[in-house]
Amino acid sequence: MSAPDSPAPDSAWDDASVERSIASAEAAIAAAQSTAELKAVRLAHDGPKSALALANRAVGGLAPQLRRAAGARVGAARHRVATALAERQDQLQAVELTAQLAAERVDVTLPVDLAPPGQPHPISALMEQLGDVFVAMGWEIAEGPELEAAWMNFDALNMGPHHPARATSDTLFVDPVEHNLVMRTHTSPVQIRTMLSRPLPIYIVCPGQVYRADEFDATHVPVFHQIEGLVVDRGITLGHLKGALDHLARAMFGQVRTRIRPSYFPFTEPSAEIDLECFVCHGASVDQPDAPCRTCSSEGWIEWGGCGVVNPRVLAACGVDAEVYSGFAFGMGVERTLMFRNAAADMRDMVEGDIRFSRALKGGAR
Amino acid sequence: MRAPIGWLRDWVELDPALDSRQIYQALVRAGLEVETVERVGPEVTGPVLVGRVLSVVEEAQKNGKTIRWCRVDCGPEANAQASQPAPADQPGSRGIVCGAPNVAAGQLVVVALPGAVLPGGFAIAARKTYGHVSDGMICAEDELGLGQDHDGIMVLPAADDQGQPIQPGQPALPLVAHSDEVLDIAVTPDMGYCLSIRGVARELAQAFAADWTDPVALPTPEPVQAGYPVRLDSAGCPIFVAVTVEGFDPDRPTPRWLADRLRMAGMRSLGLAIDVTNYVMLEIGQPIHGYDGDRLVDGISVRQAVAGETLVTLDGVQRQLDPQDIVIADGSGVIGLAGVMGGQSTELGPQTRRVVIEAACFEAMSIARTSKRHKLSSEASRRFERGVDPAAAHSAAHRVADLLVELGGGRKLDQLTVAGRVPPRASQTMAADLPRRVLGHPTPDHQVESILRASGVTVARRGDDLVLTPPTWRPDLVDPYDYVEEVGRKIGFDVIQPVLPVAPPGRGRTPSQRLRQALGQVLPAIGFSEVISFPFCGPGDLDRLGLAADDPRRATVRLANPLADTSPDLRTSLLPGLFAAVARNTSRGLDDLALYEQGLVFLGPAGAAPSPGVAGRPSQADFDAMARALPRQPRRLACVLTGQWLPAGWAGPARPAGWTQAVAFAERAAGTVGLELTRRAVDQAPWHPGRCAELTVDGRVVGHAGQIHPGVAEAFGLPQPTAAAELDLDALIESAPGPGQLPTLSTFPVAKEDVALIVDQDLPQAELARTLRQGAGPLLESLALFDVYSGPQIGPGLKSLAFALRFRAPDRTLTDAEAAEARDRAVALAVQRHGAVPRVAD
Repeated sequence: MSAPDSPAPDSAWDDASVERSIASAEAAIAAAQSTAELKAVRLAHDGPKSALALANRAVGGLAPQLRRAAGARVGAARHRVATALAERQDQLQAVELTAQLAAERVDVTLPVDLAPPGQPHPISALMEQLGDVFVAMGWEIAEGPELEAAWMNFDALNMGPHHPARATSDTLFVDPVEHNLVMRTHTSPVQIRTMLSRPLPIYIVCPGQVYRADEFDATHVPVFHQIEGLVVDRGITLGHLKGALDHLARAMFGQVRTRIRPSYFPFTEPSAEIDLECFVCHGASVDQPDAPCRTCSSEGWIEWGGCGVVNPRVLAACGVDAEVYSGFAFGMGVERTLMFRNAAADMRDMVEGDIRFSRALKGGAR
Repeated sequence: MRAPIGWLRDWVELDPALDSRQIYQALVRAGLEVETVERVGPEVTGPVLVGRVLSVVEEAQKNGKTIRWCRVDCGPEANAQASQPAPADQPGSRGIVCGAPNVAAGQLVVVALPGAVLPGGFAIAARKTYGHVSDGMICAEDELGLGQDHDGIMVLPAADDQGQPIQPGQPALPLVAHSDEVLDIAVTPDMGYCLSIRGVARELAQAFAADWTDPVALPTPEPVQAGYPVRLDSAGCPIFVAVTVEGFDPDRPTPRWLADRLRMAGMRSLGLAIDVTNYVMLEIGQPIHGYDGDRLVDGISVRQAVAGETLVTLDGVQRQLDPQDIVIADGSGVIGLAGVMGGQSTELGPQTRRVVIEAACFEAMSIARTSKRHKLSSEASRRFERGVDPAAAHSAAHRVADLLVELGGGRKLDQLTVAGRVPPRASQTMAADLPRRVLGHPTPDHQVESILRASGVTVARRGDDLVLTPPTWRPDLVDPYDYVEEVGRKIGFDVIQPVLPVAPPGRGRTPSQRLRQALGQVLPAIGFSEVISFPFCGPGDLDRLGLAADDPRRATVRLANPLADTSPDLRTSLLPGLFAAVARNTSRGLDDLALYEQGLVFLGPAGAAPSPGVAGRPSQADFDAMARALPRQPRRLACVLTGQWLPAGWAGPARPAGWTQAVAFAERAAGTVGLELTRRAVDQAPWHPGRCAELTVDGRVVGHAGQIHPGVAEAFGLPQPTAAAELDLDALIESAPGPGQLPTLSTFPVAKEDVALIVDQDLPQAELARTLRQGAGPLLESLALFDVYSGPQIGPGLKSLAFALRFRAPDRTLTDAEAAEARDRAVALAVQRHGAVPRVAD
């Protein structure tokens, strides 16, 4: 590519010189083996003191009739060198990045952490989950003191002064006993407080810690947790109780069968026990004497909790008009529920503070 | 209540095809908690027949023993199957070797034939022994699993209990042993009538719509004193029936069927007279007491005990009687603790020929209290506590007398004593549709009525109401809802359709609940694991915490009946419980611990609560008095740390757990609630005096955090160092800010300035930072401490604190000069207030 008005051969901007500069630059670019080397090459062949830069400066001093062609020639040459530099830069960068990434390879299976994680206690996590089931239905969570007036814990619940549960063998009393203060034996006093303080209708659950003067062994702890539910509204029936319990059982355990069967509690009338279908044998052991089920004693059902229609005497003690309102209540042990859901074998592990128990359920198994 | 199904079938005509599981399920459905169904009887299979011993030949053996070679007629069928042919002179017999000396020709005996398997897996076969082929075995009692008796073979009577002659070849087991299935029923307090065969049979009759016979058939006559004289001087005894049997033979044995039924029901056989009283109690539910009539002195009276009186009960224990106890007395004094246990002086014994039978009724609550007072529970007291049918006494007394005469001879005197009457039951009015409204099941009125009638209730219709009078055996039927339950039990709760109730719109969790829920997520996320402890402590714990004598945490509430004598008090701090958890973990080799707990503490003193009535809402005064009696029960949040916070690993050395994480725990907890804590060094037990921060919000102390005093750690057996924080969670939550306001963000650039100041070693950085903030003014966006230095370069007693300051204006780019000026104002205030000296970069 030569212009008709070729410059003198000894000039920096003449065709031969420019071609030489290009060749020299291209050779140097090709020879560069790293971006660092290429940086030196760039300075030498595209820097302010490079031959082409000098030629470009020289073009400025040419007569106008020569300047145009020479300028075009030098400009094209510089463009060619710059393009070659850029291409080589990309090549070398890619190679170097590959090498760097290879060098930065780590053992991704190394132990890593911000800080060792903690866990909520499985009982707390389960109580939250139980609460969620009801909050989602528009019920509210009610709470109350753990040290209670005996009236709230017993009398108001149709458990008179001589009820056997009020014996010191069953209930923890504040000293002296005559002061009528007890460690609540169930969360039912929260139901009483709720009926005494909230406007009707009432849809609540009461999760919390309760106390019994009980044995401390694999299946009994004297301090444990309950969740109770209370509904007081117009037209509430035992059928509503069944509906709420079915919903709770399904929310906690999936598609599990439940049944309620008549029982006795002073604070409900009619009273019932709620049973869950046995998780282990699903009732299959009932008719198979050769394959007994230890979990349900081959009954096919496991007792989960107590429930019933609120005894009108309880409503009366709370000033609720039993002619207009009726209600249902239920309660179950959280520890027992945890044993069912997560196969906990020994209740002592739940209260001894052994960190392995708290950590066992990842994320609290929410 | 242990109820043999065969005994139930005596009274209710159940379909013979019904098996025990169907019966069990029907009872569970009706509200009887059947805990087990147990097969009771000898574990014997194969042919065990009646045989008649035709001849016995004694043969002395070389080993000194004498065996008896017997020919036994085992009935035509078994005789024909004998393994050896019978000798011509004794056709129709089998040869059996027997060792028992009591075997004799003419006896009817029990023969186990080859193919039979006796208890313990003992298989009978024809085998050669002592020179004969023994073609079966003549059985003793223990070999059939019927008892311990091995004195000799069992000898059967000529006729069975029904008077039918016993024949060789007929199955022997039904004659000698009663095999049955026994229902073990946990009877709830409201169903006392089911502590009897009578009650359970009634439930079965209803469940299966079967006919049944009520063993209580005789009406109670008008009061009469023709029999043994009885005076009622206690309101706790409405009725007392006395029947006398004379000429009873105390040597007569208890027939096997009766002893078997008692055994199946869980009672021991103690002699015929006592066995009969127990049998009738089990059958009818009426506890019976029998007196040796010859040992009674004058008439019987029922009265309250007099203070100072004593009684030796049948169990041999001398009892101090209380005026609230109802007792039975005669001319000699107290002879029985009414409804609980009789006395030794008049008990039935081997010489008893005249039996005075007491069938009485006592008030449930009184018996319950007496039983509790004397720590004495009996079959009788268990029944009286739940309520015994007062109308059963008369029938039961006659049933006992008739059985005594039938089994033990003698005669029942016609003269009868009936003291008192069957108390009438109050009727109750119930809206006929109440069962429908409460159960949520469309049970029609006529079904409600028929169910209640079948349960023994007298039903009368009055408009839309039913007037209901309960039967004498149902003390639990009082309120209309009690009748609703009765209807529900009988229709079965399983037929009721579940309906999910629809609540009005709820407000979700309360702010306090939401914040606690958030803490339950944040605290584990930053490395703490939750534990749950028993909230009890003892004076030893408070001493180990190093609490001063006047420390408010010593104002504990004490329990009257603590679970452990060493922990009689309710906790006033969560720390002892957490310390115990740490000690338990380290003893199990778990050394790196970051634990937290939230729960109530109980701050004394506690008062006395009133016990108002329950007919209506308590008065405001009573309600307030109850509230005042309760001690304060604030919710606390606490953590404890020990071991390594971050373990040593490939990425770096371990970072030990210490006071900093305890403080960080508190700050993060407060931050979750939306609060910033102010810290101040204090000396507070159980913390290290130089490493304890008092935590405040708006001047209110909300907790403490820091390292635990080494002495306290040692006393609790904790590793050194252990750090802890305890926060008043209720106070934090009360102080939580409202919803807050979101800022308008400045998009102008930030200007950064660093400041290093030399100050007195004891000046808390928080104070200096506060001064700098104040001095820097509103342009200061943030301030962060990035270096603390003390050493030779700045001299003793001094330290250098370096802060990074960031400035930003909401409306413009700050000039360098503006930022520098703000910084200088901050420094100037620090110089003025704390004598700080700006540190020149070196």
